[in-house]
Parts: sequence; structure tokens; C-alpha cells
Amino acid sequence: MPSYADEDRKIEQLHPHFYSVIIPTYNERLNIALICYLLFKHMKDYKFEVIVVDDASPDGTQDTVKKLQGIYGEDRILLRPRAAKLGLGTAYVHGLKYASGDYVVIMDADLSHHPKYLPSFIRKQLETNADIVTGTRYVKGGGVHGWDLRRKLTSRGANVLAHTLLWPRVSDLTGSFRLYRKDVLQEVVQTCVSKGYVFQMELIVRATRMGCRIEEVPITFVDRVYGTSKLGGTEIVQYLKGLLWLFFTT
Amino acid sequence: MKQVWKIGTIFTAVVGIWISLLLTPGLPPSLQLIVPYFPMYALASLGCYGLGALGYGMMVFRVCPEEADLLQKDITEAKTFFKEHGVDLSSD
Ligand SMILES: Nc1nc2c(ncn2[C@@H]2O[C@H](COP(=O)(O)OP(=O)(O)O)[C@@H](O)[C@H]2O)c(=O)[nH]1
Ligand SMILES: [Mg+2]
Repeated sequence: MPSYADEDRKIEQLHPHFYSVIIPTYNERLNIALICYLLFKHMKDYKFEVIVVDDASPDGTQDTVKKLQGIYGEDRILLRPRAAKLGLGTAYVHGLKYASGDYVVIMDADLSHHPKYLPSFIRKQLETNADIVTGTRYVKGGGVHGWDLRRKLTSRGANVLAHTLLWPRVSDLTGSFRLYRKDVLQEVVQTCVSKGYVFQMELIVRATRMGCRIEEVPITFVDRVYGTSKLGGTEIVQYLKGLLWLFFTT
Repeated sequence: MKQVWKIGTIFTAVVGIWISLLLTPGLPPSLQLIVPYFPMYALASLGCYGLGALGYGMMVFRVCPEEADLLQKDITEAKTFFKEHGVDLSSD
């Protein structure tokens, strides 16, 4: 049996990059464990670390993360909590501060973003030397499960509006399952000001305008099984405002 | 160039062409009849495009129940793993 060091060296030769997987969590006690298991299963050929940014979840998410650290190691799973629920956009920035990888993956904890797709993100990045590889539900091979008609209509309508107004070069603007070159993400994220859903769109639109090379890979999106989505009723209004804001500022 | 200027420029150019058509003397009568209504046609086309794109998007929208089943299997697998490693994940 090859020693760990041998294994590491082999991986290093095959896959030269180090991936920091940033996962923001709020009340994802069960999901964070499941996703870590799946990450370690599907990313075993790559060098990576997981950075969990938990916003003081009352459900004990951080206790689960500590147990996970016991299994996988504190150097593989980093817990970088914050004292209060401060929102998603800033959670990424916070996690990014601790990322040691040259590439960063951002994904949700709720299993809507399945780690099994990460190898295809990485392959795409290596093939095309892209700055950003973004997962898309709206091309061949992609798809969604668990949305009702209203949610489908909203999502497609939002996409049509955004494409008409902003001419982005990606098919899925609001998806947040992405792989970034770290320096690119650091640069783009500084120019972004919006919160919530608009943040994902702003990030990719500003990256497009900066001339970043963006590639897409198909993903399937299964709506969360455990826990509740934090999507509120005011999101649509916020989205429309955000769209206009981007129309005037990018 | 900001997106608003890009689209604004295209819009201004189109309006410019329309006005110059309106002001062109000696257009064939058939054209003279329809030119004043161009903005209405444009608006209608825009609406059709929007509805069409939405309809097309809904048509090709792929649902993937099989992925949900696969995920359930993954979840079971993960839970077994954690049980073996003595991590209690029971909800509530
Ligand atoms: N750190 C942090 N994570 C959050 C916050 N809000 C949501 N999340 C996490 O962000 C991800 C996406 O949230 P979710 O509620 O599933 O949004 P949806 O999928 O768009 O409905 C999940 O992993 C959440 O746990 C927040 O305020 N802070
Ligand atoms: Mg979700």
C-alpha cells in the first residue's frame, strides 16, 4: 500500500492546483455533514480544503463541523464562523480571506449543488484556462428538480429579462455553483455591492465586463431536501431593482 | 461602454431612422401608411420576443427526478458512513 506522502505526490503531479471550497452555512447542521462526505468522495483526486463560513446558526451547525474536523482533519475543513447572520455576499469575502488555494469553489451547503460535478468544473478550467467556470442548469445535460410552475416561470422570466437588458455571456446568471481563479474572484468581488440573489448576477456580469474568460458546465439542481430555503417574498422586487442597477452601472 | 448607453445608442439610432423615414418625401403610399405605426410594431415584437423566449425556456426546461433519487442514495450512503464513524446526525 502506498504511503500518504506517495499518494500526495502523485496527486500533485496529476493535478497541480489547490482548490478552496467555500461553503456559507446558516442552519445546515445535517447538510454540511452530507456535503463534506460527498466532497471528500468526489474530490479525492484533487488537493482541496473546505472553508465553512457559518453565521452563528442556532441549530448547532458549528458542532457538526467540529465533529467533521475530527474525521477529516482540521487542515482539510476550516471553520471560519462569524458572530451574526450577515448575509451571503460578505460570507464569500470572509471565507476568501482564509483560502490558501489558487482556485476557489463556491457552493451552497443545501445539496442543491452536488460535489460530483466538481471534476467537470476542474476539467473544463484546465482545458480552456478559464478564469471562471460556472454551473448552468439551462443547457443540455443540466436540469432542475423540485420546483413548482411558479418557481420555474420566475426563474426563466428573470433570465429572459437579464439577457435582454445585460447581454451576459452565460446562460445561468443566478446560479452560484462556480469555480474561480482566486485572484480573479478577489478582484471582482471588490467591485460588487449587491446582496442576496443579485450578488451572483452582479459578480458574473462584472466579470464579463472585465473581460474574464468564463466557461460553463451543465449541472443539475435538486431543490433542498433538508432545512428551509431562505428565499423570501421580497426577492423578486430586489432582483428587478438589482437588474436595473446593473443596467446603469455596468 | 455602460450597458445603458449601448442600448440607448441602438434605440436612438432606430428612432432616428424612423423619424427620417417619416420625413422623407415621396415614399410609396403603401409605406407612408404603415411607417407611423412602426413603434407599435416594435413594441409588439418586443413583447412577442419576451413571451417567446419565456415559452421556449419553459419548453426546454429539463426536470430531473432521477437526480433526486440519486441524491437520496448519496444521502443514505453518507449517513451510514457517519454512523460508522460515530457522528450523530439525527435531526431535531
Ligand atoms: N453564512 C451565511 N450563509 C447563508 C446565509 N443565508 C443563506 N446561507 C447559506 O447559503 C446557501 C444558500 O442558501 P439557500 O437558503 O439555500 O438559498 P436558495 O437556495 O437560493 O433558496 C446555503 O448553504 C445557506 O445555508 C447567511 O446569511 N450567512
Ligand atoms: Mg438552496
